Parts: sequence; structure tokens; C-alpha cells
Amino acid sequence: MHPAILGIVTIAVGVGACLSYFYFSNQLLDKVIFPAKGPNAGRNINRANMVRPWLFLFPALFALSLYLAYPVIETLRLSLTDTRGDGSFIGLQNYVSMSEDPKFWEAMRNNFLWLLVVPAASTGFGLLVAQLTDRISWGGIAKSLIFMPMAISFVGASVIWKLIYDARPEGAEQIGILNAVYIWFGGVEPQTWLTVPFWNNFFLMIVLVWIQTGFAMVILSAALRGIPEETVEAAIVDGAGPFKIFFKIKVPQIMGTIVVVWTTITIATLKVFDIVFAMTNGQWETQVLANYMYDKMLRGLDWGMASAAAMVIMLLVTPILVWNVYNARKEMR
Amino acid sequence: MDNIAGKKSSLTWAVHISVAVLVVLWLLPTVGLFVSSFRTGDQIATSGWWKSLTTQQRQNPAIRLSGDEVEQDGLFVIEGQLFDASGAEVQRWGTSSRDTEAYAPGEIAELSKGRTVTVDAAGAFRFTSEASQEGKRLPRVFTTAVSPPEFTTDNYNSMLFDEDNSESMARAFFNTLTVTIPATIIPILIAAFAAYALAWMEFPARALLIAFVVALLVVPLQLALIPLLKLHLAIGIGKGYLGVWLAHTGFGLPLAIYLLRNYMVGLPHDIIENARVDGATEFQIFTKIILPLSFPALASFAIFQFLWTWNDLLVAKVFLIDATGQTTVMTNQIVELLGTRGGNWEILATAAFVSIAVPLAVFFAMQKYLVRGLLAGSVK
Repeated sequence: MHPAILGIVTIAVGVGACLSYFYFSNQLLDKVIFPAKGPNAGRNINRANMVRPWLFLFPALFALSLYLAYPVIETLRLSLTDTRGDGSFIGLQNYVSMSEDPKFWEAMRNNFLWLLVVPAASTGFGLLVAQLTDRISWGGIAKSLIFMPMAISFVGASVIWKLIYDARPEGAEQIGILNAVYIWFGGVEPQTWLTVPFWNNFFLMIVLVWIQTGFAMVILSAALRGIPEETVEAAIVDGAGPFKIFFKIKVPQIMGTIVVVWTTITIATLKVFDIVFAMTNGQWETQVLANYMYDKMLRGLDWGMASAAAMVIMLLVTPILVWNVYNARKEMR
Repeated sequence: MDNIAGKKSSLTWAVHISVAVLVVLWLLPTVGLFVSSFRTGDQIATSGWWKSLTTQQRQNPAIRLSGDEVEQDGLFVIEGQLFDASGAEVQRWGTSSRDTEAYAPGEIAELSKGRTVTVDAAGAFRFTSEASQEGKRLPRVFTTAVSPPEFTTDNYNSMLFDEDNSESMARAFFNTLTVTIPATIIPILIAAFAAYALAWMEFPARALLIAFVVALLVVPLQLALIPLLKLHLAIGIGKGYLGVWLAHTGFGLPLAIYLLRNYMVGLPHDIIENARVDGATEFQIFTKIILPLSFPALASFAIFQFLWTWNDLLVAKVFLIDATGQTTVMTNQIVELLGTRGGNWEILATAAFVSIAVPLAVFFAMQKYLVRGLLAGSVK
């Protein structure tokens, strides 16, 4: 069957199944199991209302458990077994052999660099743009244009930036704008930016910063608008300059939002895969954990080690996870 | 606001200029690729895209003369055109790599052994010789020409409509659509019901479930890959559309539930209470009142999920793309082009833009909902 037809059929079947599940399960509950009539009408209504939330929740909970919760446990189990042999329990052997792999430590170092640079740079630029565009007439358009890379795939962004980093032999006309600028400022030899160890990591990070800044900007801009005018007015009356107002009055008031933006970008950074995969594929010392894991999984076919690598990513995310849950619970009270 | 203090003008200019600089910086990369996708491979390889917007002087690579020899007045003459008449105008030319700008158009260059050559401004050449040049190598000509800006849509034509083109993006485009649409619609529906229950129904463990959803919000995708691939292979789904739809549904649900719940909680309490008093069932309240009122939140999640599934590479690579390569998606196609045709910028740029075009259109058309969704998801 043609995939497009299959797609349409799936939409119809999927949507139809969902709707009829919700409709008929509710009908069944109200009409057959706990009918709201007869001698026990009152008790039945109460009981039906106790069951109903679970009818509404069941498909979502099932999918969440199967597709996200179960894999966490299964990955943990796989990381402790010998997946290339008979699948027996081997303790921390996968972690040990991973820690003996220099590529893993390279990935750890690079991930650490990414975590240091990308959230800070994105949030910083986002805050800067949010503040600058706040009071100018064409701020909306400016924001919209800076926000645009959000819609571009990591792969598309990789192509875009690869053209920027392109290098032609010395003497030839440069078609990568970075080399053109470099030569124009007096550089002699065109640089192949993506193969310069250590610094090439930063050239990859720029791509993610370019994408994430828009996100930070949108949220911080809304937060800045939410600051009570009186506090700013009071500061002006007291003679504070624009910089003082920004750093001493505005930033402290939106600190909570800045932290949320920072952590959200941190998570995106931890999972970064496409950019590295498409631009260098981890060569020239640019490996990161997600790409390392993919490498072990589909190329090395060592699922035990791949699971161990995934668990390391999970471990790094855990503090943010705990913090998020803590905050969500606090809000609900 | 700032002008209360009376020192507005000095800073305002600085603000305008810095915003302009930032916008240009952010736009430049995309514009570069966009302009490149309308240039021929030759043009991209010989000059930077930023130069294509103005009339350009450029040095052409050496062209060796060739053509049919005709005998005229005791001279052997070869006439021809150095390059296609594309509006380029020769400014200087030469016959030696040491001095490529020796002659003006129309001047006659005397070569050794009684040979002469001349090139006119339009790139037509005339070569004469006293002896027949049959079987001999003809001299080379170096030209410096100015050409007006020139753009072509050939790249898009061959990429989208050429049946024989092995890089054809058309199939990948439809595959991507096939992945995206069900993977966007189905999670919305499932999540909407769950979000309603979490927002407006009283039951024990509700707070716990919300915490569960919040926790799953940040679980990295990488953890789910191996167990789910194993599961899909074990129950016979294997690699294919069904698998990728299910995976995207599962991965999209936490955000969907979280966003929709946050929105639904904010809906006015009275409406729902009144409907309950009037005897509406929960199912009716949900379909007749909550769903229509939640349209903005549904739209914003739909955009998120659409952008994410359209732009995704990892999930497609793990759950969809098999060895036959029939089910490739656009992001994967581009990555493969990067590997095999890394230097062919006209192909890469065009392919990238074909894949970027749809999300960009969605982005600009629905930006309002996207921003609203982002705010609902992060600022609480």
C-alpha cells in the first residue's frame, strides 16, 4: 500500500479508535456498569465518577509508561547486562569498558563545554534582544526574525552553517563567509574551521546558540513585560541609569524565568545529536554523548555500552528533573 | 518610560543599531544558503554568495580554444565563443598565466609561429595561424569578465520535478508528510482527554500523576531508543511508519499533556460547574465546551509537534529508515547528501531549503500560537 494512503488510513483509524474508545467506555460506565437509576442510583453515580478519570487517562498513561517510563528501567537493566553475549548480568562491566574508551571521555569533556557555553550564551543573547527590542517600534519584526531559526531543523541549520565554515584552498576565492572575513582582516591561510581540535566545538555550539536564542528571547521578553511598572518608575525617580535599572531592578525580578529558560536549554544541549552528527560526526574531537550513544547503538551494535551511555545522559538530566518536579508540586499546593 | 529621566536620544540610537546588527547576524546564515540555492554550481564554487547580488568582476579559469578549422585567405582560422552568452562582458584577457590581463577586448595578441588570437567583449574569439593546427594543442585564454547578478530556478526544478534525479527530494518530502501528520494528530487527542482529567476531575493520586508527567518531560529520548526498538522488533512492528508514529506519539505526550493541562486549568470554573449542574456528562463537557475553548493550546501544541516531527532525524533513523532506503525522510536525505555530495552546494542548498520551507511557512503563519504555547509551557 502506498505510504500516503497508509497515513490517511492510520489517521482515520487512530482518531476513530481514540474517539470511540472514549465514547463507548463512558457509555459503558454510565449505562451498563453503574447505571444512574434503580435503587443504587446515588451510589452508582459516585462510583462512576471515581472510575471515569481513569478512563480519560488510560491511553495517555499507557503510552507514557510504555514509551518513556518502561524504557528508563529497561535501559538501566540493559546497561548492566552483556548484550553481545548471552545477556547475563555483568554488573558495571559496560560502564568500566566505557570509562576505558578515550572517545567517551572526549564526549564527556565536550558535553561539559556545551553545557557551559550554550545555555549561558543563548540566555544572555535572548535577554539582550528581549530588553533591546522591548521599546522600539520595529521590535516585533526583529524578534520574529531572531526567533525564526527555531523552525529550522538541526540538519538544515547544519547545512546553513557548513556553508559559512566552508574553506577553499589558499589563493582561491573563499565562498564561506567566515573565511572571507578572516582573509579580509589579514588572515593568510584559509582555515578549515571544523577540523581545528578543541575550537571546532565552539563552531558547532554557535549553531545551537543561533537556534535557541529565539526561544530564550520570547520567554524572557514576556517576563520583562510582566515586571510591574512602578518598580522601574521608582528607580528612575531615584536617579538610576538604564544599566542599573536593567541589572538591579529588572533582572532580579525575572530571575525565576531566567532559571527556567536556562534549564530548558540545558536539557536541549545535553541531548544534542543532529548538529554533531551532520557536521562532523564526532570526528576531530567533537564527539558528544548523544552521538557516542548512537554510534555504539547502530554502528557498534553494542547495546549494553549504548545503554550505559544513555544512562550517563539520564544521570546528568536527573538534577533538573528533580528540581522541576519539586517546583511543580510546590505550585500545586 | 525611559524618557522620564530625559536622557532618551543618546541611547535610542545605540539600541536601534545594536538590534539591527543582531538581526542581520541572525538572518545572514539563512540568507546565504537561500541565495546560494538560486545559483548554479559553478557560480557557488567560484564566488561568495554575497557577491552575487551585485555586478561582479571575476577571473574565469583558463579556457582552451577549440573549434573547426577553416581556411581563409591562406590563413587557418578558428572562430567560436569562449562561454555562453550570459550577459558577461570581457574586460581584460590574456594568453599566459603570468599575465592574464594583458589585452583589452578587440586587441590582437601575436603568438609564436605566426599565430594570432583576439577576443571581443562578448567572449567571441578568432584564432588565426599560418600553418594548420590540426592535431595540435591550441593556446589557452584567460579572461576577466564582469557579469550581472544572475539567478536560476534550475536547482529546484531538477530537485523536485526531475523523475530521473537520484537526489529527488519529492519522495522524501511525501515520506516526511506521511510521518508528520498522524504523529501530530494522534497525540493531541489522547493528551486532551488526559489533560482534562488532570485539570478538572477530582481523584486520588492526581498530584502524583502530574508530577509523573513533569518528570517525563525531561527524560532524554536517548533512553527510549534501544528498549523500544527491541520491543518493536519483538512484537513484529519492526522498522516502519507504524513504529515511528507510535514513537512520536509517546515522546510528544508529556509536553502535550502538560501544555493542555496548564491551559485547561485556567478556563473559567463557572462554565464547567454550570454545565455539570445542567446535567451534562463529563464526555459532553469535554467535547462541547473544553475542546473548543482550548483551541489556542491545541494549536500551539500541534505546531510544536509538527515542527519537531518534521525536523526530527534521530527517531526516524532508529524507528523508520531500514536498509532498503525507501522510507527515507528529508532530514536523512540531507545528511546523506552532506556525506556523498558535500561539495555540491547547489544540491545541498536546494535540498535544505525544500525541507526548511514548510516549517518556515508554518512558523510565520502560526507564530502567535507558537509563542503562546512556549509561554504556557515555561512561565508559570
